[in-house]
Amino acid sequence: MYDFTYHKAASLDDAAKLLASAVDAKPIAGGQSLLPMMKFRLASPSDLVDLGTIAGLDRIEAEGGTLTLGAMCRHGAVCTSEVVQKTLPALAHLAGLIGDPAVRHRGTLGGSLANNDPTADYPAAAVSLGATIVTSKREIAAEDFFTGLFETALEPDEIVVAARFPVPEKAAYEKFRNPASRYAMVGVFVAKFPDVVRVAVTGAGASGVFRVPSFEEALSKDFSADALKGLSISTDGLAGDIHASAEYRAHLVGVMARRAVAAANG
Amino acid sequence: MNVTLTVNGETRSAEVPPETTLLVFLREYLNLTGAKTGCDIGDCGACTVILDGKAVNACLMLAAQADGRDVITIEGLATREGLHPLQKVFEETGALQCGFCGPGVILSAKALLDENPAPSKQEIRNALAGNLCRCTGYVKMIDGIQEVAETMRSVPTPALPAASKGEQKHG
Amino acid sequence: MSATGIGASVRRKEDFRFVTGRGQYTADIARPGQAHLYFVRSTHAHAKILRIHAGHASRMPGVIAVLTGEDFAAGKLGSLVCGWLIHSKDGTPMKMAPHPALPVDRVRHVGEPVVAVIAERADQARDAAEAISIDYEELPSVVDPAKAQAPDAPQIHEVAPNNTIYQWQLGDPAATEAAFARAASVTAIDLVNNRLIPNAMETRAAVAEYEPGTEQFTLWNTSQNPHVARLVLSAFVGIAPEHRLRVIAPDVGGGFGSKIFIYPEELVALWAAKTVRRPVKWTSERSEAFVADAHGRDHVTRAELAFDAEGKILGLKVKTIANLGAFMSTFSSSVPTYLYATLLSGQYDIPAIFCEVDAVYTNTVPVDAYRGAGRPEATFVVERLMEVSARRLGVDPAELRRKNFVKNFPHQTPVIMNYDAGDYAASLDKALALADYAGFPQRKREAAGRGKLRGIGLSAYIEACGIAPSQAVGSLGAGVGLWESAEVRVNPTGTVEVLTGSHSHGQGHETTFAQLVSHRLGIPIDNIAVVHGDTDKVQFGMGTYGSRSGAVGMSAISKALDKVETKAKKVAAHLMEASEADIVFEDGKFTVAGTDKAVTFGEVALNAYIAHKFSGAELEPGLKEGAFYDPVNFTFPAGCHVCEVEIDPETGRTDVVNFTAVDDFGNVINPMIVEGQVHGGIVQGIGQALMEACVYDESGQLVTGSYNDYRMPRAGDFPPLVVDTTVTPCPSNPLGIKGCGEAGAIAAPAAVMNAVTDALGTEDIAMPATPLAVWTVLQRQAHREAAE
Repeated sequence: MYDFTYHKAASLDDAAKLLASAVDAKPIAGGQSLLPMMKFRLASPSDLVDLGTIAGLDRIEAEGGTLTLGAMCRHGAVCTSEVVQKTLPALAHLAGLIGDPAVRHRGTLGGSLANNDPTADYPAAAVSLGATIVTSKREIAAEDFFTGLFETALEPDEIVVAARFPVPEKAAYEKFRNPASRYAMVGVFVAKFPDVVRVAVTGAGASGVFRVPSFEEALSKDFSADALKGLSISTDGLAGDIHASAEYRAHLVGVMARRAVAAANG
Repeated sequence: MNVTLTVNGETRSAEVPPETTLLVFLREYLNLTGAKTGCDIGDCGACTVILDGKAVNACLMLAAQADGRDVITIEGLATREGLHPLQKVFEETGALQCGFCGPGVILSAKALLDENPAPSKQEIRNALAGNLCRCTGYVKMIDGIQEVAETMRSVPTPALPAASKGEQKHG
Repeated sequence: MSATGIGASVRRKEDFRFVTGRGQYTADIARPGQAHLYFVRSTHAHAKILRIHAGHASRMPGVIAVLTGEDFAAGKLGSLVCGWLIHSKDGTPMKMAPHPALPVDRVRHVGEPVVAVIAERADQARDAAEAISIDYEELPSVVDPAKAQAPDAPQIHEVAPNNTIYQWQLGDPAATEAAFARAASVTAIDLVNNRLIPNAMETRAAVAEYEPGTEQFTLWNTSQNPHVARLVLSAFVGIAPEHRLRVIAPDVGGGFGSKIFIYPEELVALWAAKTVRRPVKWTSERSEAFVADAHGRDHVTRAELAFDAEGKILGLKVKTIANLGAFMSTFSSSVPTYLYATLLSGQYDIPAIFCEVDAVYTNTVPVDAYRGAGRPEATFVVERLMEVSARRLGVDPAELRRKNFVKNFPHQTPVIMNYDAGDYAASLDKALALADYAGFPQRKREAAGRGKLRGIGLSAYIEACGIAPSQAVGSLGAGVGLWESAEVRVNPTGTVEVLTGSHSHGQGHETTFAQLVSHRLGIPIDNIAVVHGDTDKVQFGMGTYGSRSGAVGMSAISKALDKVETKAKKVAAHLMEASEADIVFEDGKFTVAGTDKAVTFGEVALNAYIAHKFSGAELEPGLKEGAFYDPVNFTFPAGCHVCEVEIDPETGRTDVVNFTAVDDFGNVINPMIVEGQVHGGIVQGIGQALMEACVYDESGQLVTGSYNDYRMPRAGDFPPLVVDTTVTPCPSNPLGIKGCGEAGAIAAPAAVMNAVTDALGTEDIAMPATPLAVWTVLQRQAHREAAE
């Protein structure tokens, strides 16, 4: 890692000020993605602003059909939270599939959303559930938040504070891990609301999370795995590498979507 | 910058550059070399330590982020009374071979059992998902952890020193 | 059997320090005043070095020295060498190109060290390394061994036209052709033995120290064979005379072959320590380990097996191209030749075998021995051929094997080896019973009901361990003898130190070797210390590889113990005023036959040193004996592994659902340790078959250079492994042991791939059978069916 200046943020305002004041400051939450990038010298922030010291950013609340998770909620806490397990079990399940226990104990929801790794799990949940990303400046709909590969709508001094997940009637997440990295090679989150079904895919897209309108349409009419039979997605825009060709990823999107619907139907 | 934390029950403090990871802090500033550098990017688990009761990769954490917190390393696991049951079972069954991954595996297992005293075999495997071992095939480790869990359950008195009890020996 | 003697599952003496985090590995060692070494490595697969811009770097904070290949050449140090001379079939010696620790004018693989930076702190060395820029002129490169010999392939070394190191052959071509001419059926297959990256969890490291006053060097190094390292560094490289170089291999975190070899980095560390007059420490980062540690396997093979009408094997023909990478590593030449082709007879009575091997240079990391070394490649050829043949002949694969087993021993194969003992039907039968082979069809039907494809596969492997009779390997080109040394020092208090030339890096020698001594001398195991891994303490040793430490290293100890016993009897005779011929030594006690006189081992030890009971004219004081043991034959562990897989046809994911191993290792010293060795080997073998692939792109960049792309076996990947043994004692060494360290890695890949191909109903899939590979096969089948 290159040299940097480390700051403990006392509050959100403090963090925002610190971020705005330095040339190339970055917030650090769990650091599970940022620190490896810094070690590889692919990221070289002048300043790190530690959000871990700000009180109240790790709350978990369910109220009025919405589950709100603070940005500093660790994956492990989300996975084991009784509130999440009761309100949105698919999300608890997803959090339990991230990385390994050590990563889950440090990694945070806000960090994952802000990093927008194309193989991360949370973006699929956020898009499928129609989450709202609450930042230090505003509220952003999940679909507007993720703008491309490792890109989000966040401004340099803007910090993710929380995410609000509307609670669906049914939802499930199915993940096919990259055999080596264990990130999602294909992850499909399916959510059924009274008026809409959303299917969001992570891992497969060359530029990050995306929805599958044809699947959503079919599932809106008939929320069953059978409704997806014969449907497939195009390989356009899908990633291809030594672990999975675009064709294979497209195929897995179908398989994981069917399995997710079956799981959601319990 | 100054970093002060509790390591194995003792308050330890050092002046370090901000880019110092918790792993480097333990190994180079405190001379606690039980946590190993296997990959230094959180993929292998050789540096696993317990932070406030949870297993974490010491290489993926700044020492500054651990400031004021409580860390248990492999050096702090045994008490004056003897080895931790996990250490004991690993020794009795030959669960390690070259020993390099052992500290990390044992601490991952301890964190699991502290939280879930009755894990299934699959839960044990999941708990070790981040710990790479090239020698053993993991077989005796998984069996050993299960054996400890079963023994602990059958002995109602807390034979296993919880994190707090492990610290008393230094207090 | 005593509680701590031979055959007991004694708790490992090394484990207390390991479970408490007190192991001392090279990276844990810090010397006062040490500086840190970091390498600038080649980013190109093949390029000319035009200019190195290091001026700025050498002035950066903390930088002590920046050293290049030119500095190294000016130091008149020698080249790294490959120590096994192979001759081509035309009689010419192998084309070994120079391998300087740092190159002067050309780089030949990504990751090759080019510039060494020494600085006060590790991060300063790295910062300075980053500030060094190198002007390269890129050259075309070749990474695929099958393409390396093409006329238009780029030439990697001048000494090796067509990148061909040797064209070697073994066996009788005429007899083999004749066998094929009268065959009723021939099975031909094309195989790729995938390239692997060893990935010991401890990365390589070196701490080098030079004492100007005495001109003495010390090197702490992650080595499986510190004496061999010292020999190469002194005799070939000339860094220091052998008597002024101490090499210490402390606790070593796994080797699997990769820490046998002498690499540029430790050599540069030694040289740098002398140059800067400071202790110099180098620790490989994981990303460096991927591009700097010798890789394993990487064979392309065409193999044919001829049968008569009754299913008896008539002959075997094998043609292999072996990739040795950009330079010939320490033992690289022996792996695809004498460690490979000599095992092609498998467990079978094969009258005629002919094998041709071309070894080639490519622009990849050097390839050398990796757990099994040649023998997994041979087993894969033979056992895939047997399985495919059985399927084509429509006979049970187990029965085809049984029909062709070698049944009488000793058995001379057509490829050098003389099998001394074995019972292949016994391990097959036991494995089939434990795996419930008979119940498989029902399990397959049940799996089909769940939408899964289930397959079963066998691997009846053999390996040659206990490497090796020195005279024999010398005649085959080895540059060293492969005996082992031991010294047994009995102290006046009756405790014992055993000094061994074997090195333990996970094998548990401190325990098993002590068990032998406890067994022989009748003393508690806690009174025995095993000393290894330090050239100043142990006179000489050949180190640990090729599952040799039990059969060869322990035999040396056994021989030294014979001498100790003989001497001790003389002392006991004086103590009890009896004739030496009447002294009986049993259970740690010396008695005089036919009397009730007795003295303990401890009393004898004490008296050997105080020497009050005998005169110097009669007997030398002291009780210390050494021995060199040179084996008379290889040992031949063998057995049968059975793998059962289930494939999810929707995703292509393969799960190993059952794995059974029955091995014949001869006599077993510590069953608990042996079981662990088998587990580890199997998991590495399953890793090779289903997970691990070292992939280079066309331009010679390593695609799988991290754990995000190189798929390591993890805890969740395996079912419980069923492991058992059969025993035919090895007649070729005093302990009757054969070796167990590599069996799993040798046997498992073929068993797994035989199961995968059984499940898929096609032979057309290469290792590793990743989800993508399996899905691709299933797609092809679906398209074919649709077309039909």
